[in-house]
Amino acid sequence: MPITWDAGYHTAKRKGDKVANFPFEHGLIVAGILFVLGLIGVLTRRNVIFMLLGVEVMLNAAGLAFVVAGARWMQPDGQVMFLFMLTVAAAEVAVGLALVLLMYRHWKSLDIDVASVMRG
Amino acid sequence: MELVFYIAAAIAILATMMVITRVHVVHALLYFVVSLLAIAVALYAMGAPFIAALEVIVYAGAILVLFIFVIMLLGLGPRTTTEERQWLDFRVWIGPALLGVVLLVEVVVLLLRSSGGLTNGVVVEPRQVGVALYGPYVIGVELASLVLLAGLVGAYHLGRRIPHREAEGG
Repeated sequence: MPITWDAGYHTAKRKGDKVANFPFEHGLIVAGILFVLGLIGVLTRRNVIFMLLGVEVMLNAAGLAFVVAGARWMQPDGQVMFLFMLTVAAAEVAVGLALVLLMYRHWKSLDIDVASVMRG
Repeated sequence: MELVFYIAAAIAILATMMVITRVHVVHALLYFVVSLLAIAVALYAMGAPFIAALEVIVYAGAILVLFIFVIMLLGLGPRTTTEERQWLDFRVWIGPALLGVVLLVEVVVLLLRSSGGLTNGVVVEPRQVGVALYGPYVIGVELASLVLLAGLVGAYHLGRRIPHREAEGG
């Protein structure tokens, strides 16, 4: 059973609203810049909390790219993907911060290098 | 509204630059809140009001508060700030930063060489998002609930205190 959503009714009502009408690539470039900033944050910092923040920046930038694509083709799918990404980010940050707490309790340090040796 | 988008994007980029260069964790978090609010404004300007609200509520409201709770639990002193300043050495960060910028330039050149057209100035309503979410994407909602449950169980398992280990002193 194909499920269609009412794209016409609610958007036609809001056509008069002011919505930005910028080139699609500019949105993607903004998302790309934010992603690279998050990547540089992860690569350069040694503090685990800063690395987690960098991962959050990267996830957020990827979500922004999805919403820009959704705005380009007037589809809600981009926003649905952003919702899923939000879920993943929330789960990731909960587990990540629990690991940070555990790490600080064990080594009394947030330096990622103290945890670089595996004990199998 | 185009101007609103570009200004918000510039604020988001500047605030994110501040996030990755701060030595104090709380300062970085506050700049990250600014960045998230700016991204929310950009999302609203491009016609995604539902996601703009979620960005503020879930990211700035819930995830960042979780970060702040953990920083409070850790109770970091002024020692960590001086330590962080030592770690942020020029020779350490210049290599990864240059490589990241090279990747970014490649992406920007590729994007600017192609033409994808303008974004359509149409608001995608929360109602459409909800209908899509519980129509074609309902299996994704189920999987998202599983991910959240796994995150909850994992965080609880990792975060619990083990009594005999504490007594032994570590």
